[in-house]
Amino acid sequence: MHIRFRAPALAVAGALAVVFGVIVSAGQAAPYRAPRGPDGKPNLNGIWQALNEADWDIEGHSAGPGRVMALGAEDAVIPGLGVVERGPLPYLPAAAAKKKANFEKRLTLDPEIKCYLPGVPRAMYLPQPFQILQSQKHIMMAFQYAGAVRTIYMADQTPAPADSWMGWSNGKWEGDTLVIDTTGFNDLSWFDRAGNFHSDELHVVERITATGPDHLSYEATIEDKKVFSRPWKMSMPLYRRKDKGARLLEFRCVEFVEDLIYGALRKGAR
Amino acid sequence: MRYRALAFGAALAAVAVMAGHTVAGQSPAAPAKKAIPRTPDGQPDLQGYWTNSTYVPLERPDKVTKALYTEAEFAALVKDAASREAEQTEPGTVADVHYDFSQFGLDRSQSAFVKNDLRTSMIVEPATGRMPPLTEEGKKRAADRAAERRRAGATTDAVQNMPIGTRCLIMAGSGPPMMNAGYNSNYQIVQSPGYVTILVEMIHDARIIPIGDKQAALPAGMTQWMGDSRGHWDGDTLVIETTNLNGKNPFRGSSEKMKVTERLWRVDANTLGYKFTIDDPGTWTQPWTAEAPMTKSVGPIFEHACHEGNYGVRNTLAGARLEDRKAAEAAAKKTSN
Repeated sequence: MHIRFRAPALAVAGALAVVFGVIVSAGQAAPYRAPRGPDGKPNLNGIWQALNEADWDIEGHSAGPGRVMALGAEDAVIPGLGVVERGPLPYLPAAAAKKKANFEKRLTLDPEIKCYLPGVPRAMYLPQPFQILQSQKHIMMAFQYAGAVRTIYMADQTPAPADSWMGWSNGKWEGDTLVIDTTGFNDLSWFDRAGNFHSDELHVVERITATGPDHLSYEATIEDKKVFSRPWKMSMPLYRRKDKGARLLEFRCVEFVEDLIYGALRKGAR
Repeated sequence: MRYRALAFGAALAAVAVMAGHTVAGQSPAAPAKKAIPRTPDGQPDLQGYWTNSTYVPLERPDKVTKALYTEAEFAALVKDAASREAEQTEPGTVADVHYDFSQFGLDRSQSAFVKNDLRTSMIVEPATGRMPPLTEEGKKRAADRAAERRRAGATTDAVQNMPIGTRCLIMAGSGPPMMNAGYNSNYQIVQSPGYVTILVEMIHDARIIPIGDKQAALPAGMTQWMGDSRGHWDGDTLVIETTNLNGKNPFRGSSEKMKVTERLWRVDANTLGYKFTIDDPGTWTQPWTAEAPMTKSVGPIFEHACHEGNYGVRNTLAGARLEDRKAAEAAAKKTSN
């Protein structure tokens, strides 16, 4: 009996293992192999955009009222699950207080409101497209928002020569993944409209991998000893803009914020 | 440090100079027969760091009637201009509050600039070296714009009255056409499949030029500051045609209907030829063409966060408002006396 039952039991187990194995392999499909560029590296060229609510708040958040009453539902906070892995963000105590103050004064402090350069990683998930322009020595990222630009040095690499908004990016390929190490930030950009911030000690390591013809996997590890107690990671897909004629257009926003910034200094202003 | 590096680069470039005005004289229709570098997909390789910094003016100066200076005349001209740039400040004067250009290598003579270009003007067509006469429409527009500026008031009254470069909206280097400036006339060209991208240092403008049918033209009703630029290769010359300008950055009085055709080609390891034609029948009685070659520069290009650090606009306006208040107080005092 035992033997007789055992055999079918084993057979069932074997069959299950096969089925299970199939499921496992379906879940871990052979990694996508991106088309190659002329240099044999994955071709990441194209116009890409995040499709999430991270610019409102990189952490999970419910819907909420906007900052400007007159804008009603158009300015209301769009809910999102967040892009931070293993949250909440590990703020040091003083930094947590500053984040809270930033949130309360976000209408006047958020650099995006003043059309300032977005910094990294915020540039990557602003609700506007960006374009990857990939040559052998340099990979340019051109962002529609404020005409921001990043140059990723794949050759001629040097340490950051000075602090800047967009940082200083050196890149390398790890297999089919583009790994970008960025330092040399100033302490002026934010992560989002909710006041999440960093210091000039910010160090960002991004990993970008094509997961399909129209998708990139984007991960950024954030390290900033002045602000966070440990490194933390955000991840999200980036989507190729498939719209007919998709292209970057000018969003030269300086002229839209001049009255906001300098209006009180106009002759005769009250 | 970078500008020291640039100065060093300029010194190196000076060792390997091209003879006379051949740079500018080189016609794109008759390219040099020697092999030029190419990208892996066979395009002429225009990549690298370049500058169009030059002492050659767009238009031939009033009293000059010849097309070329002698080398001695040119050397004297550069020396004179460089000394004016270096001596912008005089210790103990109000002007001294401004920094000395030479201190930061911002003067053209310390940075890389196009050497040995003996031409008396960038304009090659018409042969006068000057822009052709304005049409009646062009004259009226110039008069209307001048009247509008007077109506708007002083540049210190409001930020909108200030020059657009001061406001960090766009600078001459972006164009099109891409004109040199007093400093930071630096460019980086990057070529990727289907695109030539020209990063302009000033205000980090990236001109993304689609090649051939890579990207559809912008619909006629849509305009932009830098317009809609489309490129194609004519042999080994990149031809960029730009329309759809929004007219907020007029070039020498142009209208928003201006069409700019730029030609960019590799002359040798250290030189790019650059030629542009302005076609704007509503402004000038004929199209006109200028040449402004680029010479190899030393990278990298740094972030030019112009708007973010624009203390100039704030301080200028704040100073003017302080003057307004002082004047008002003085007037009130006079009345009460």
